[in-house]
Amino acid sequence: MSILVNKDTKVIVQGFTGKEGTFHAEQCMAYGTKIVGGVTPGKGGQEHLGQPVFNTVDEAVRATGATVSMIFVPPAFVSDAVMEAADAGIELAVIITEGAPVKDMMYAKAYAVKKNMKTIGPNCPGIITAEECKIGIMPGFIFKKGNVGLISKSGTLTYESANQVVNEGFGITTAVGIGGDPIIGLSYKQLLPMFEADPETHAIVMIGEIGGDLEIQAAAYIKEHITKPVVAFIAGQTAPAGKRMGHAGAIISGGSGTAAEKMAALEDAGVRVVVSPADIGKALAEVMKK
Amino acid sequence: MNIHEYQAKELFKKYNVPTPRGHIAFTPDEAVKAAQELGGNIWVVKAQIHAGGRGLGGGVKLARSTSEVRALAAEILGMQLVTHQTGPEGKLVQKVYIEEGADIKKEYYLGMLLDRASEMPIMMASTEGGMAIEDVAHNTPEKIIKVAIDPLTGFQSFHGRKLAFGLGLPVEEINTFIKFASALYKVYMDHDAEMIEINPLIKTGDGKFLALDAKMGFDNNALYRQSQVNEMRDLSEEEPTEIEAGKYGLSYIKLDGDVGCMVNGAGLAMGTMDTINYEGGKPANFLDVGGGANAETVAKGFEIILKDPNVKAIFVNIFGGIVRCDRVANGILEATKLTKVDVPVIVRLDGTNAKEAADILNNAGISNIIAATDLADGARKAVAAAKGE
Repeated sequence: MSILVNKDTKVIVQGFTGKEGTFHAEQCMAYGTKIVGGVTPGKGGQEHLGQPVFNTVDEAVRATGATVSMIFVPPAFVSDAVMEAADAGIELAVIITEGAPVKDMMYAKAYAVKKNMKTIGPNCPGIITAEECKIGIMPGFIFKKGNVGLISKSGTLTYESANQVVNEGFGITTAVGIGGDPIIGLSYKQLLPMFEADPETHAIVMIGEIGGDLEIQAAAYIKEHITKPVVAFIAGQTAPAGKRMGHAGAIISGGSGTAAEKMAALEDAGVRVVVSPADIGKALAEVMKK
Repeated sequence: MNIHEYQAKELFKKYNVPTPRGHIAFTPDEAVKAAQELGGNIWVVKAQIHAGGRGLGGGVKLARSTSEVRALAAEILGMQLVTHQTGPEGKLVQKVYIEEGADIKKEYYLGMLLDRASEMPIMMASTEGGMAIEDVAHNTPEKIIKVAIDPLTGFQSFHGRKLAFGLGLPVEEINTFIKFASALYKVYMDHDAEMIEINPLIKTGDGKFLALDAKMGFDNNALYRQSQVNEMRDLSEEEPTEIEAGKYGLSYIKLDGDVGCMVNGAGLAMGTMDTINYEGGKPANFLDVGGGANAETVAKGFEIILKDPNVKAIFVNIFGGIVRCDRVANGILEATKLTKVDVPVIVRLDGTNAKEAADILNNAGISNIIAATDLADGARKAVAAAKGE
C-alpha cells in the first residue's frame, strides 16, 4: 500500500517534449512509472519516448485514461497548465516548475479546488511511492521500500531524510515533496490522514521550514487525529528574520513563522522533534522500536 | 523586491490613491526647487532608503522655510541612517523626498499582504497609526481589523465597510474610505505586489484620506511581467554579494558566523546552518548552489563565501541525486584551481557515487580539503576547523 500513487497509476506529462520534461519523464519511466503520454500544444500526433503526444490535456485524458499529470511547463504558463489539467478531469497534478508567480498560483489553486483536482507543489521534487511509481525529479534509488511516510517542503532534505531512514534499516512507503512556495497544493494537514489510514505506513517523518503556519496547523491535527509516531525537523532555526531563505515562502515576517514556535507546537503534539537534521534517522529508529 | 516610498506613491497616484504632493531630490538645490514648486510654507524632508523606522532614526524632518529645506536636505543626504531595520551600520541616504505638509487630524494604519492560510490577499486596518504594526499585533491584536479578499471576485464594498466601521469612522466618511481601499486593492493586484503598507494613513482636517507613507514589496517571480516595477529597482539598496550570487544562479545570504556553507537546495542549506549551530559553531552564510553544482558555480560559491573575512572554514554539503557525486568532487577540485581557497574545506558528498567521490578527494592530496562521511561528521569537522582545532 501507499498513498496517492502506485504502480498502476497512469501519468501524462505537460511540457513532455521540453528539455526538463524529456529528461525527467525518461528517468520516471526507467523507475517504472506508467507514463502513458504527454502534452505539447502543436506537437499532437507525434511520438516522444515511445509515447503519444497530444495537443490538449483533454485529448490525452480521453485517449489514455490518465489520472495524474506531471507539469514541467515554464513558470509563466504554469497556472494555465494547472487549470487545463483540472478542466480535463485530472485527479492529481504534480507541479515541478520553480518560479511561478504567487498570484497565478492563487487563481490556479482556487480553480483546481473547485474542480476537485488535488495538486502537489509548485517548486517541489514531486511524489514517489518506493519501488513502484516516481512522479518527479528525485533520485529514485534512495527510496527503498518500507514503512515510513515522508512529507517535506524541501527537495534535498527529502533525499537526506530518506537516506537516513534507509541507513537505519527502514524504508519508505510514499514520500511527498510539497514545495516551499507561499501557496502550495496538498500540505501536511491533507497528507497526514492519508498516511494514518495507510496500513503499510507505521511512522511519519515530516520536514518543515520557517515561514507561514502549515507546520502549526499540522501540529494541531496530529494532536487530535494521528496515532502513528511522527518525527519532525524544522529547517531555519538559525535563519535571520525578514530574509527569504531560497524558497519563496521561507521567510520569518513580523516575528512569526519561526522554527522555534513550530518546534514547540509539534513537541506539544507529541511529535519527536530533532534539533539537528543529522538525527532524523536515529530518532525514527527510536520511535519505531517503541 | 522592494521600492522606495516616492516610487510607491507614483504607483498610488496612477490609481487615484490620494497622497500628498511631492518631488524627489538628489541635492540640496533640487530640494529647494522642489519645495518652491510645491508652494506653501511647510514641507517634510524624507530620507529615501529601503527600511522602516526612518523618522525615529532622524531621516524625516519638518521644514518651515526653503532655507530650512536646504539645511535639512544637506544634513540628511549622505548620512548613514540607522533604524531598527538597517542594522547598526545603517544605510547611506542618496535621495530625499520633499513633500507638502499635511493637516493631520487622525492617523491610521492600512496594509495588504498575502494571507497564506486563506490563500487570498488580506487588507488590514488599525486605529494605531504611526506605530509598528508588529507591536500592535503583539500587544493589542484586537485593534487590527482584517478582511480576506477573494481574488476571483475582487474587492467589494462590504470589505471596505467592514474595515471602516471597524475603525470607528463616522458614516459620512465611509464612502471616501471605501474608494481609497478599493483603489489600493487594484494597485496591489495589478503590480503583483506581495506587501503594501501605509503607516500612517491620515485623515485631514477636511475629511480626506491620504497615504502619508507608502511601502511596497513585490513577488520576485512575477517581475518578468512588471516592467514598470522592474525599472524602479534600486540595486544600491541591495547587498552587492547577494546580487552577484544571483547572477550565477546562486542564492546567498550573509550571516555573522565563521563557518562558510555551500549546499545544494534551500532546505538542506538551512538544515546545514542549523547543524553547524547544533555542533557549537556559527554559520557565516546561507548558500544554495542549486541543482547544478559544477566547477564554475562551486568556484563562484567559494569566491563569494571568501569575500567575508570572518570565514575560517567552509563546509561543502552536497546531496547528489540526479547530479553524481564524483562529478561534484571533480568540480570542487577544479574550483580550487579557479579560485584561491586558503581555509580548510570540509566536503561531505552523499548520494549517487558517493564512494567514488570520496576516493577522488582523498587521492587528490590537497591538504586543506577534508572529506566527511555524513552531515553530522561534516558539521563537527567544519566547526573544529573554524576554531583552529
